[in-house]
Amino acid sequence: MALIRLVDLRKSYRVGDVTVHALRGLSLDVERGSFVCVVGASGSGKSTLMNVLGLLDRPTSGHYFLEGEDVSGFDKDRRAHLRNRKIGFVFQNFNLLPRTSALENVELPLLYGGRALPPAERHARARGLLEAVGLGSRLDHTPQQLSGGQQQRVAIARALVNEPELLLADEPTGNLDSRTSVEIMEILQRLVRERGITVVLITHEHDIAEYGTRVVTVRDGRVTSDTPVQNRRDAAAERAALPPLELEVEPEPAEAGVEA
Amino acid sequence: MGGWNILRVALIAIRRNPVRSGLTMLGVIIGVASVIAMVALGSGARASIDEQISSQGVNLIYLSAGSWGRGPGTARGGAGSTTSLTVEDADAVRAQVPLVARVSPGVRGRAQVIAGNQNWNTSIEGGNEEYLEIRSWRVVAGENFTARHVLVADKVCLLGKTVADLLFPGEDPVGQIVRVRNLPFRVIGVLAPKGQGQWGDDQDDIVIAPYTTLQKKLLGITHLNRVTISAVSQDRVEQAAIEITRLMRQRHRITNPDDDDFTVRTVEEMAQTRLDVANTMNSLLMSVASVSLLVGGIGIMNIMLVSVTERTREIGLRLAVGARSRDILSQFLAEAVTLSVFGGLLGIALGIGISETIVRSLGWPMQVTTEAIALAFGFAAAVGVFFGWYPARRAASLDPIDALRYE
Ligand SMILES: Nc1ncnc2c1ncn2[C@@H]1O[C@H](COP(=O)(O)OP(=O)(O)OP(=O)(O)O)[C@@H](O)[C@H]1O
Ligand SMILES: [Mg+2]
Repeated sequence: MALIRLVDLRKSYRVGDVTVHALRGLSLDVERGSFVCVVGASGSGKSTLMNVLGLLDRPTSGHYFLEGEDVSGFDKDRRAHLRNRKIGFVFQNFNLLPRTSALENVELPLLYGGRALPPAERHARARGLLEAVGLGSRLDHTPQQLSGGQQQRVAIARALVNEPELLLADEPTGNLDSRTSVEIMEILQRLVRERGITVVLITHEHDIAEYGTRVVTVRDGRVTSDTPVQNRRDAAAERAALPPLELEVEPEPAEAGVEA
Repeated sequence: MGGWNILRVALIAIRRNPVRSGLTMLGVIIGVASVIAMVALGSGARASIDEQISSQGVNLIYLSAGSWGRGPGTARGGAGSTTSLTVEDADAVRAQVPLVARVSPGVRGRAQVIAGNQNWNTSIEGGNEEYLEIRSWRVVAGENFTARHVLVADKVCLLGKTVADLLFPGEDPVGQIVRVRNLPFRVIGVLAPKGQGQWGDDQDDIVIAPYTTLQKKLLGITHLNRVTISAVSQDRVEQAAIEITRLMRQRHRITNPDDDDFTVRTVEEMAQTRLDVANTMNSLLMSVASVSLLVGGIGIMNIMLVSVTERTREIGLRLAVGARSRDILSQFLAEAVTLSVFGGLLGIALGIGISETIVRSLGWPMQVTTEAIALAFGFAAAVGVFFGWYPARRAASLDPIDALRYE
């Protein structure tokens, strides 16, 4: 069974007298553990698709099956619960809480979803994930004290804290330079490989799409091509081949104040 | 999100903007402090009136000559100015009104009192041997005069504390002679201090003597200014007053109450007037105080609205990671209530401080009661809920996609 099955999905917006059709009968299956990259021109409906996939929005018509269950008619609260448990979001602009430590940012989803984890366990989970994305020494840093790439890594840790099935990333490297983009893609590839997480990534850069297992092209709210990636790029290998940055100073772990 | 986390998140948000939070709270602080101070003023005033009633004697009834001038038939003037009230009236009240316990005929005037080279203008009151008991007044040195003193119009007197201290500083006045309008009176007792009277006058600035002596030897009159009466018990005071009135009308052949040439008043009645004034003043001050609390609430609403707008992206993010509308609602409501409750606590402290300062510097009677504190606190919390509701509602109704996109 596919993790995601979209059947004849339509989404239209009314703006005054005009009706904008953002999705016009889009169908798509996403298998568990795949890394799907969605490409398409600006205004083709990628973000709209992402909002529906992420249960932030409801389709005007059509069906969305998540793990075999039709979630297209779910009400706000049930969607909020599913978002909390099954879906992680990574945004182009990171969307971290300002003036809030990396640790607390990562813990945020754990405050919701009707489950009261003891603070110690929340900290432990968040810390584990920050270590996994290479920020073990930056737990107490606020977003203002982190580079763009580091902020995006915090955001990825946040998206993972509830152990979701699905990670949705809308242009996650859109605000990053190419070197940092490779680092982010390395983390995403590792997540798919090591944790079996399903990633759906939106991008308009074809070379970024080649890190995925499959490229889906959207045009005018429909899927116009859907092809497996032939020569898949390996972000880890690419990063290893890059010349080291002279300014790269990775602080010793446990240098910044680490809470239990 | 559980209760504890809601509070924690609210506290974090409040601490993030300490100056703004402080200014927001200021409105509530001032509102609550003024409510506390105003209620303290009101209950202090009531308590001091109550205290004065009991210090005067709760059973007290005054029968004064003259009426309190209402209507056209009262050209004869105010209470105490006519000569129609007599000792016979007093005797009749004693004999014919069973609800009456004690009766003291009385006259009053002002006089220059001299002792040695000390000289003092004071009020002088005449009564019989029961007068002090009716007024629950004790003698602290020497003795009260007796029925015999009254009968023979003896020139003896009792000094109020103020007069005693002025005329005989550092001396025992008992047994000494004072000259009242050049007439020598022997001081046989000193009265216990009574403090301020109901109109703020000094009740201890007084000389008391047998009324017969004052009538015959000092004032040269035969009528009375007033008769001081005590009822058999506190709950019969009103009935006794009614019967005295009836008797007096009968004796003075008055059919129309507008023609009364006397006035019957109970101490409670007199206090009631002042209580009414105090209450009116108090509600006035209270409404001013409540308005400032209201303004404080509007301040909270204003800041919360700004905060919701500023944090639109944060709200969008929280919704995206699984917050339900009601989680957002409770988060912002908790913030507003925390602000108002903290403001309320600080306001209570400030209100108590203000009350204490006023008591200390101005000597006004003020009473900070636990009820007032509970009331003010409850009000503050209610203000938080009431004025926090709309901004919180607005935050909770945001659409996650729009909120995430908000610039
Ligand atoms: N809330 C909305 N109201 C009205 N129209 C909308 C709304 N959201 C999207 N649209 C319209 O739907 C279409 C698809 O928009 P969408 O954001 O999905 O495009 P996109 O593929 O993500 O583009 P880009 O690459 O520029 O991000 C566009 O024509 C857009 O104007
Ligand atoms: Mg888009």
